[in-house]
Amino acid sequence: MNHNIYIQDVTLRDGMHAIRHQYSKAKIKEIAVALDNAGVDAIEISHGDGLAGGSFNYGFGAHTDWDWLEGIKEVLTHAKLTTLILPGIATIHDLKRAHELGVESVRIATHCTEADISPQHIEAAKKLGMDVGGFLMMAHMNEPTKLAKQAKIMEDAGADCVYVTDSAGALLMDDVADRIKAFKDHLKPSTEIGIHCHHNLSLGVANTVVALQHGANRLDASLAGMGAGAGNAPLEVLIAVLNKMGVNHNSDVYKLMDAADDIIRPLQERPVRVDRETLSLGYAGVYSSFLLHSERAAKKYGLDTRAILEELGKRNMVGGQEDMIVDVALDMLSKNS
Amino acid sequence: MKTKVAIIGSGNIGTDLMIKIIRLSPSLEMSVFVGIDPASDGLARAKRMGIKTCHTGIDGLIKMEEWKDIKIIFDATSAKAHVYNWGKIKNFKDKRMVDLTPAAIGPYLVPPVNFLDNMDIPNVNMVTCGGQATIPIVAAVNRVTKVHYGEIVASIASKSAGPGTRANIDEFTETTSEAIEKVGGASKGKAIIVLNPAEPPLVMRDTVFTLSAPADREEIKKSIHEMVVEVQKYVPGYQLHQEVQFDDIPESEAVFIEGLGMKHGLKTTVLLKVVGAGHYLPEYAGNLDIMTSAARATAERMIAKNSSK
Repeated sequence: MNHNIYIQDVTLRDGMHAIRHQYSKAKIKEIAVALDNAGVDAIEISHGDGLAGGSFNYGFGAHTDWDWLEGIKEVLTHAKLTTLILPGIATIHDLKRAHELGVESVRIATHCTEADISPQHIEAAKKLGMDVGGFLMMAHMNEPTKLAKQAKIMEDAGADCVYVTDSAGALLMDDVADRIKAFKDHLKPSTEIGIHCHHNLSLGVANTVVALQHGANRLDASLAGMGAGAGNAPLEVLIAVLNKMGVNHNSDVYKLMDAADDIIRPLQERPVRVDRETLSLGYAGVYSSFLLHSERAAKKYGLDTRAILEELGKRNMVGGQEDMIVDVALDMLSKNS
Repeated sequence: MKTKVAIIGSGNIGTDLMIKIIRLSPSLEMSVFVGIDPASDGLARAKRMGIKTCHTGIDGLIKMEEWKDIKIIFDATSAKAHVYNWGKIKNFKDKRMVDLTPAAIGPYLVPPVNFLDNMDIPNVNMVTCGGQATIPIVAAVNRVTKVHYGEIVASIASKSAGPGTRANIDEFTETTSEAIEKVGGASKGKAIIVLNPAEPPLVMRDTVFTLSAPADREEIKKSIHEMVVEVQKYVPGYQLHQEVQFDDIPESEAVFIEGLGMKHGLKTTVLLKVVGAGHYLPEYAGNLDIMTSAARATAERMIAKNSSK
């Protein structure tokens, strides 16, 4: 079964990480309108760690998810309004509230080995009539066949699409191909396959294209790569590449280039790029959202960010364990003294 | 004479609790271990340990000869099953229930914080593993200075989370958040749970963040250290992994907390570790240990209270 190419923008969700979840309501609306105008298929909005992510652990947002989402559905002409939740942080109650604000599609995110905490939420979202994606994070930490079995749990619960989510930007091109192929082998043809990349090894666009070539049709990207770590696959670049490949899609590359440079880049307090710290995330296989928290801990305790990130990798920390960054820093301090 | 007890629920929690009562309790005697799956590992374990078993749930238990002498029933089933079980038991006025499910028909009970308020209640609820590990700390800060906001992060080894926990993870988040407020004393509570599949499994970690009115840091630290000693009386593996951390959040850098608005004050961070006793599951399963130890401590204190009347 051939599914249409579906471009989902994550500037207003993953991109939250890059500015400590501080988008103003006006900026959210301005960017959403620009994306809709440029023809993207879906726009994801929430705290970087999903609905109800605002916390000491992940950073408090400038607004609640409800404030960010309010009034957006009404200004979109065709793009789907979507959001994301992590079971263990947000609840079905939060999902219902987002649905009431016009959110029609949701991704339910779990660590790549823990899909069985998601059926409760997938079923609830389907009951609300929503389009549902299963989002298997830190996909480099599970081998292809086992990852596909996790995807199957989400499919069985009712997910319309399951994603290979490279949260650490650690997958190489063959790693992506193997995982998408395993999904193809294990999932029903009617289930769509998605790819979500981080650019820590500069492979964001390349890995997305590899996934597409092996059967993924839902592609995540963000304007100017606005996202955790070195960012996501930069949307305007991905669309330029798809154009040159002759792939059919609905997005306008020039409008996206303009939005990326005129609206997004000026917002980046810390440049979203591959540098010593963000490369270390991909190299050590560490959750990209740990970046700013680790930089803050390094500054507070007089340590090296890269050393903290590497230690987090050695300890097998998974997405959501931001509290362990200070713990690692304190352990390193006592070892040094 | 020891008080006879029954445990309903033959999963990880029920089985671990049974082992603790048999091996450690000076005042509780294991009478009947109840399940609904005759093939469960827990029921097999009970038989091997010489404990009377029943595989037909509460209805089977009530028909047993042992029933009349049982005074305390621990419920380690599910929230839904607990409602049914309590419906059957509540008419027996000589029996009390300690509920380890998230049903929370009775009040939340965290032994070192509010045992005295609830010692005569016939059905008490043990919140969640993460709640038992962290609410004492929220309360320890709150007894020094008003806690506006209490947030906890519980990280547990994937292997220690049974199918019941996995299928109902919202119940953990919601029950724990509510108990941070009702028992811990925070105006607003938030709970997060993370499962980590690392091999070998990682020991349970719990982190508590509070935002409170500014106060003497040494006083807060002292209160937390004293509370840790209280919890260690029934969970020996409970420990502060790092010294208590403080950060000032000045008014100019106030944070926006849903439900409270812009807030500033003193942020306290407490990094805990809970090493299990290694009874039913290995030491990494501190989450199991703290839940069953809190339930055991609660029942023992109820008995001590009754016999001193």
